[in-house]
Amino acid sequence: MKNSTAAATEKEQLKKRKRSQMTEIWRRMRRNRLAMFGLVIVSILIIVAVFANQIADYNTVAIKQNVVERLQGPSAEHWAGTDEFGRDIFARLVHGARISLLVGVVAVCIALVTGGILGAIAGYFGGTVDNVIMRIMDIFLSIPILLLAIMIVAALGSSMLNLMIAIGLASMPTFARIVRASVLSVKDQEFVEAARAIGAKNDHIILRHIMPNCLSPIIVQATLRVATAILSTASLSFISLGIQAPAPEWGAMLASGRAYIRDAPHIVIIPGLLIMITILSLNLLGDGLRDALDPKLKR
Amino acid sequence: MNNHNILLDIQNLSVEFRTDDGVVKAVNGMSLQIERGKTLGLVGETGAGKTTTALSILRLIPDPPGVITDGSITLDGEDILAAGKHQLEKMRGSLVSMIFQDPMTSLDPVLPVGEQIAEVYILHERISRQEAEKRAGEMLELVGIPALRGRDYPHQFSGGMKQRVVIAMALACNPKLLIADEPTTALDVTIQAQVLKLMKELKSKYDMSMLMITHDLGIVAEVCDEVSVMYAGRVVEHGTLEDIYEHTAHPYTEGLFHSIPNIDARARRLIPIPGLMPDPTDLPPGCPFAPRCSYAVEECGKALPASISLSDTHSVACILRQKEE
Repeated sequence: MKNSTAAATEKEQLKKRKRSQMTEIWRRMRRNRLAMFGLVIVSILIIVAVFANQIADYNTVAIKQNVVERLQGPSAEHWAGTDEFGRDIFARLVHGARISLLVGVVAVCIALVTGGILGAIAGYFGGTVDNVIMRIMDIFLSIPILLLAIMIVAALGSSMLNLMIAIGLASMPTFARIVRASVLSVKDQEFVEAARAIGAKNDHIILRHIMPNCLSPIIVQATLRVATAILSTASLSFISLGIQAPAPEWGAMLASGRAYIRDAPHIVIIPGLLIMITILSLNLLGDGLRDALDPKLKR
Repeated sequence: MNNHNILLDIQNLSVEFRTDDGVVKAVNGMSLQIERGKTLGLVGETGAGKTTTALSILRLIPDPPGVITDGSITLDGEDILAAGKHQLEKMRGSLVSMIFQDPMTSLDPVLPVGEQIAEVYILHERISRQEAEKRAGEMLELVGIPALRGRDYPHQFSGGMKQRVVIAMALACNPKLLIADEPTTALDVTIQAQVLKLMKELKSKYDMSMLMITHDLGIVAEVCDEVSVMYAGRVVEHGTLEDIYEHTAHPYTEGLFHSIPNIDARARRLIPIPGLMPDPTDLPPGCPFAPRCSYAVEECGKALPASISLSDTHSVACILRQKEE
């Protein structure tokens, strides 16, 4: 039930004030059911990824081939069935969560930090600096993300770290643009001038006043990008520039399973569904976080 | 002139904005002085260069396109125009601070107000965050807001409360000069009176000087000791409250007085000043007010009238007064 703000008594207000900021954000987050759904799914995935070895052994279950049991449907023994080499799909998905989530999150962090800093500098200082940075970003943007990632991986060699760097750098320009646009909309507001009038330095103004005000589009973009990064990893794995076989990766599983879609549809359906649910949860979580972090929506 | 008692001394200041559409001459040879502990009212209509003057004192003119082309600003014995970046940052907020026109937008919407005030202390004094927040709470109490509300965000305050927060922020480090740029324009009338009263109290408590920018002559009469009337980037008349209100000398000042309703003479019609301020990219060669002035004579359009003193405190830049002498 929504509280009507007018009816809050003074006592309640005082109590409210004593709650810290984090509890406040958490409380607002909890009201949003979809966001909580996203949070739960993402948490489960993280837990599964962390305890992957306890759930299913990597060497004996996830990558060991057992041709006798190939292409079995879901059963009590193999919860999600087996793939074309008779490997347990559930175990592979569990270990795949490690790779997918790690690549997704790290790639986005790389993109966020590099793109964010460049975008903030471009937006805040403007003029020539802005022009130079953004034109370079435009050049990056003119190359399709996947192609750029392929280029970088091809140049650096395919390893998980290079994959993260490639996907990170490929999504950097989007972050630079978004951060720049938000900085532009915030930097001319009076409170920035007021901050300058109390003697704040540029870095202080950017970090403490401008960035927090730009947070919501950045958070949404970041969660969306984690999803895209997972997909890009999958695509790169498909053309064998990503994760190398036999390591289980969701996208690679999907790609290699597609040949058997008629006889054993679960090989593609289950990893496909998992990718979809993960991405959906990340998006819901992102939306919810944006709303929860906005103090104006506080009730 | 080198009186030790003068806190702020602006001489012959000129500021231009160099835009693609031409050079906007916002301030043209403006001079003013503020004594310690005194309040100077800077009056003039929109676009007269009041805010630009104020921002020059803080060296916060957006550059580009703004350029200070001429003049000097001396604040508490320091040459502001020669000061380095670091020195300016140290000075802003501790020696001079500013209250902006609209409290709705001059507070950061995503930071609790207490933290915003605490920031001033952290920037200027070497104290811990905890200590700073404690002092921010004291500052809030001082402007009549319970310290507990420091945890609240700006949107949870009303306009008048926000302006109090802004005042608390401006006064946090006990500045010697407070610049108030139309501090009450965005507030409703009842709150205006409260905020002005608060500012007056705090000003005398901390023994500050104040530069009050406004176009409301009522506010000037209430809080100021002296008044400078600005027109087209220049001071056209300067004097004490009495000089300006009782012995109005410049036709523009007179026009301003005729434009406000008088409660004792309700039947009197308002006499607005006809026309508009001259285009700041293309100022007339003579007195900028001449085209709108009902006393204008031919000579007005020829040369810029020099400032002449009518008494020790009262000076005016009008050719008519020159003739009378």
